[in-house]
Amino acid sequence: MTVHRQAAGQDVRTLPRRLARLEAEAIHVLRETAAEFNRPVLLYSIGKDSSALLHLAAKAFRPAKIPLPLLHVDTTWKFREMIAFRDATAERLGLDLTVYVNEEGLRQGINPIDSGSALHTHVMKTEALRQALDRYGFDAAIGGARRDEEKSRAKERIFSHRAAGHIWDPRNQRPELWRLFNTNLKRGDSMRVFPLSNWTELDVWDYIRLQAIPVVPLYFAKPRPIVRRSGNLILVDDDRLRLGPGEAPEMLRVRFRTLGCYPLTGAIESAAETVEQIVEELRASRFSERQGRIIDHDDSASMEKKKREGYF
Amino acid sequence: MRAPQSVAGDDRAQLRFFTCGSVDDGKSTLIGRLLQDTGSISEDQLEALRRDSARFGTTGGELDFALLVDGLEDEREQGITIDVAYRYFSTPRRAFVVADTPGHVQYTRNMATGASGAELAVLLVDARKGLLPQTRRHAAIASLMGIRHAVLAVNKFDLVRWDRAVFEEIVKAFATFARQLGFEEVVPIPVCALQGDNLTKHSENTPWYQGPTLIEHLETVEIESNAADKPARLPVQTILRPDADTRLYAGTLVSGSLAIGDPIVASSSGRMSAVAAIFVAGEARAHAVADEAVAIALADEIDVARGEVIAPARARPRCADQFAAHLVWMSENPLLPGRSLLLRIGARTVPASVTGIKYRLAVETLEHQPARTLELNDIGVCNIATAAPIAFDLFSENRNTGGFLLIDRYSSATIAAGTIDFALRRGENVHLQELDVSKRTRATLMGQRPCIVWLTGLSGAGKSTIANRLELKLSAGGRHTYLLDGDNVRSGLNKDLGFTAADRVENIRRVGEVAKLFLDAGIIVLCAFISPFREERAAVRGLVGEGEFLEIFVDTPLHLCEARDPKGLYAKSRRGQLPNFTGIDSPYERPERPDLVLETANADPDTLADRVIDFLASRGYFTPPSASS
Ligand SMILES: Nc1nc2c(ncn2[C@@H]2O[C@H](COP(=O)(O)OP(=O)(O)O)[C@@H](O)[C@H]2O)c(=O)[nH]1
Repeated sequence: MTVHRQAAGQDVRTLPRRLARLEAEAIHVLRETAAEFNRPVLLYSIGKDSSALLHLAAKAFRPAKIPLPLLHVDTTWKFREMIAFRDATAERLGLDLTVYVNEEGLRQGINPIDSGSALHTHVMKTEALRQALDRYGFDAAIGGARRDEEKSRAKERIFSHRAAGHIWDPRNQRPELWRLFNTNLKRGDSMRVFPLSNWTELDVWDYIRLQAIPVVPLYFAKPRPIVRRSGNLILVDDDRLRLGPGEAPEMLRVRFRTLGCYPLTGAIESAAETVEQIVEELRASRFSERQGRIIDHDDSASMEKKKREGYF
Repeated sequence: MRAPQSVAGDDRAQLRFFTCGSVDDGKSTLIGRLLQDTGSISEDQLEALRRDSARFGTTGGELDFALLVDGLEDEREQGITIDVAYRYFSTPRRAFVVADTPGHVQYTRNMATGASGAELAVLLVDARKGLLPQTRRHAAIASLMGIRHAVLAVNKFDLVRWDRAVFEEIVKAFATFARQLGFEEVVPIPVCALQGDNLTKHSENTPWYQGPTLIEHLETVEIESNAADKPARLPVQTILRPDADTRLYAGTLVSGSLAIGDPIVASSSGRMSAVAAIFVAGEARAHAVADEAVAIALADEIDVARGEVIAPARARPRCADQFAAHLVWMSENPLLPGRSLLLRIGARTVPASVTGIKYRLAVETLEHQPARTLELNDIGVCNIATAAPIAFDLFSENRNTGGFLLIDRYSSATIAAGTIDFALRRGENVHLQELDVSKRTRATLMGQRPCIVWLTGLSGAGKSTIANRLELKLSAGGRHTYLLDGDNVRSGLNKDLGFTAADRVENIRRVGEVAKLFLDAGIIVLCAFISPFREERAAVRGLVGEGEFLEIFVDTPLHLCEARDPKGLYAKSRRGQLPNFTGIDSPYERPERPDLVLETANADPDTLADRVIDFLASRGYFTPPSASS
């Protein structure tokens, strides 16, 4: 077991070279975004990538404060532990956090169980994000997406241009050269910014481990009430997950590799209780992290479709 | 502190490389194979690949590895690569980022994107076809983007019966071609991407090949990051103000190193100071090295703005507003010399224009061809002028401070990538360039037609007051102006002159010459001088071109001037303490045909300044504020 020591005042050289380079690159991108845009915002989605991103943002501007507001687009179906973690983090770090919910979607009764994952995600995430960005006039939104997550993400620029209406045109992306980012926007355009583009899932966990960054406890294995639904292990997080006849939660030792809306996020059986054990488990894993995401399975082009429409 | 063996030990360096070459030479297949053979494809990805191969595949039911990297719908449906895909994999010795770049000529700019972030190029050649135009273009662009290490992967070797002669011929042809490209090292490897020969294991089909497998080479190639050995360069991204008294200049130290106490200079102002404190990624340190994200405090309160470069006082970057550069043109709209663009270098964005095209590079032969424009994907050598001097190094000296982007002002699109070859200095390049960057070019850059606005009139007539208002309003409207008046000229340049008639003439002559230089620089020059003699005013008019001198008569009756007497000069003159005072004991010759008359008796200075602005706009010296960008 490693001892987690707070990094303050310590020699940061303990970061492996590769992580140090990734860290510097991410900080460069964060500073560039803060300096160049009128109203940049950091999209905070509570997961491990967001935790790493927030940590990087703090380092990018230290000893000054993070000059960026945070936005969480809440579908109202996140795991309860995520919301508790979000509020505790905002409190602990004194963050300027806005939580946005698509109230219209709620009124229409959109939910992941009855509406299906595609519609729910579209209305409560994609639509909601667009509404929030428009409502607050954010011209650049920073997210924690990585290129190793998925095939269409692997194609995306670090500064990813969006035409009016948040449209991504993958056939016509801006060239991106050296460390020079074209941050100029036409009226109505906006930018999505991905400082973690070149990080892998393992890099993120290694970084979390070495920098002792707090993450939502759902990432760590422990016995949880689970039902099996079409091959996925779904956590019974509250009573909105109506149990079918004969369906009874069983206690399984599980953890989550990614976090999202709980009825749409499959757990994995695991014994990893510490960050070290997670890293070890990932090294041995034969499966990618998106395996547990139900929304990606519709077909292999589904992520690109969602992204073109403005999904993160 | 070392991390424990079990989880870390992961101090593997990362190599960033890219694949390039013509369409169908096997780039995607090669990457797919590498990923597969290094165990980097997860089971669910493999499963998806099987499904996609059955649906879109071009390999007759076999796994079509191209589908692993061609992540866009259009790409899979059309079976082509449109944009760069980044993939991440590792071996026990190194971690890799590989960019798979498109081979089609119309997506060359995406290939350049992949190249600019990489340290090594894997250039694929189809053994049956040899070097194709696209192979040469990609080699040229890779070199231009600063790539010094290349692998020449001669692919589809199964289809030429593993014939050694084919390999040697291609290697020779490439060596001849690439001689001018400045690669430090080109390692040729015969491969079969489809079956994996010489990728991760030596092939039995090529017993005559003694060199490394592709992965062996990638694992061991030494990419000297010589950024650390170059002079320190810190382009300032942003200024951190943790409290009211502290200013930290934050940015990525793109080359060199900095330590507390190092003497530094700020590029635009030339002001010097020393490093007082260093933070690296938020932690206080004694020194910082290349590629670290730093924030530094300076010992003195010198003003450093975003975009400036902090550098050692002994090893400063160059500073110029004209230079020659290689450009890769990336826009569907051809290059128009003289058009106003934005240039992005480091953290700085300045107006700029291409002032001339020296030649276009024919990518197949590397010949220099005369050209009047550059089209999409052309490479050319051009002269560029910026609206203000910028700090840079030659790209050949420092890849981190010698590259730039050109951006279209209207669409905001990136239209070219450039690398600076050398600075152009007046006098040093007396041929064409001297004329290339003309008064007109600079004026175009500034979005205005320069002119001398000459305010003449009695002392106390209101010339300076109006001129000051005028300047405020003009610069608020984005105009580039400079105000010359008795105070700033007589206290320096004309310190040696008095008020005799001869000195007055010399005073105005010098002012005229100075105004002319500013005019040359594209500036709207405001001059507020009594300038009592017609002859002198005419002489200044004669120094410059038609329509560049505007005589504005600030008409205030003498008794009013004397009543205002803002500096008490009339009183002094009446007391006989100020000889040769205009209007009292020295004549004032009223303009005969002024371009504009401002009667001050019944109007306030703001109104009068507005009248001058309307007048200038109506004569087309600039577009009125509402219509301009
Ligand atoms: N026989 C043979 N075919 C190959 C080899 N490498 C690639 N191919 C085929 O060449 C075609 C083009 O390959 P692809 O990787 O898509 O080329 P790209 O356009 O450069 O990415 C595909 O049908 C591949 O299966 C090889 O080494 N031998």
